[in-house]
Amino acid sequence: MKLLYFAWVRARIGTGSEELSPPTSVADVAGLIAWLKGRSAGHAAALADPARLRVAVNQDYVGFDHPVRPGDEVAIFPPVTGG
Amino acid sequence: MIRVQREDFDVGRELAELTAGDRSIGGVALFVGLVREMVRGPAGEEPIAAMTLEHYPGMTEKRLAAIEAEAQQRWPLARSLIVHRYGRLEPGEQIVLVACASAHREAALAACHFLIDWLKTQAPFWKLEEGEAEARWVEAEAADDAAAARWSDRRPPPKRSERL
Repeated sequence: MKLLYFAWVRARIGTGSEELSPPTSVADVAGLIAWLKGRSAGHAAALADPARLRVAVNQDYVGFDHPVRPGDEVAIFPPVTGG
Repeated sequence: MIRVQREDFDVGRELAELTAGDRSIGGVALFVGLVREMVRGPAGEEPIAAMTLEHYPGMTEKRLAAIEAEAQQRWPLARSLIVHRYGRLEPGEQIVLVACASAHREAALAACHFLIDWLKTQAPFWKLEEGEAEARWVEAEAADDAAAARWSDRRPPPKRSERL
């Protein structure tokens, strides 16, 4: 699974992308975020408050109950501020 | 058409290219977003040295194309264009261009307004401001969500009312 991070999520985690293989018990976005928090202090700090996070799976915005599968591209970032 | 690019754009040239060869066009509405120098900082208004726009390559293009398709569906547009820049930009520099061309002004103006409102809440861009003491990420504003939401229940104007 390809993980992408942007803006302060990227800055706190310390990398913009990583290739990971979560355990099969990780079935959805909420489960993935909970698992990622255990990877490092940076992950824990970046993902501490899910209300401040937005997620896209395969480049479409999704909710935290959206399923995640091996091979997915999952991006985690703050609310967008374009324009 | 959509473009995501680091380099600046020339509004006059974009306008000329947008309308070239289509004599059904009766009007073009343009919005150009600029980097504002004074922003809200931790201790009130303060100038920024620059702003860096980060984006999600791939998804950005996909979302902008989807927003443009939505505008094309809602209004009778002859042509439309979104150009969004990324990278480090200084105050006064152009960030974004939205242009909509139609036979009549109502569709062009409404579609242009719709596109910039939706773009702000849909396109995956993030802004890092270089303030006087620190660099900080711009927070999403509830006002932007409200601006985007007001279009959600608005139906496109009937074709006959285009003739104003």
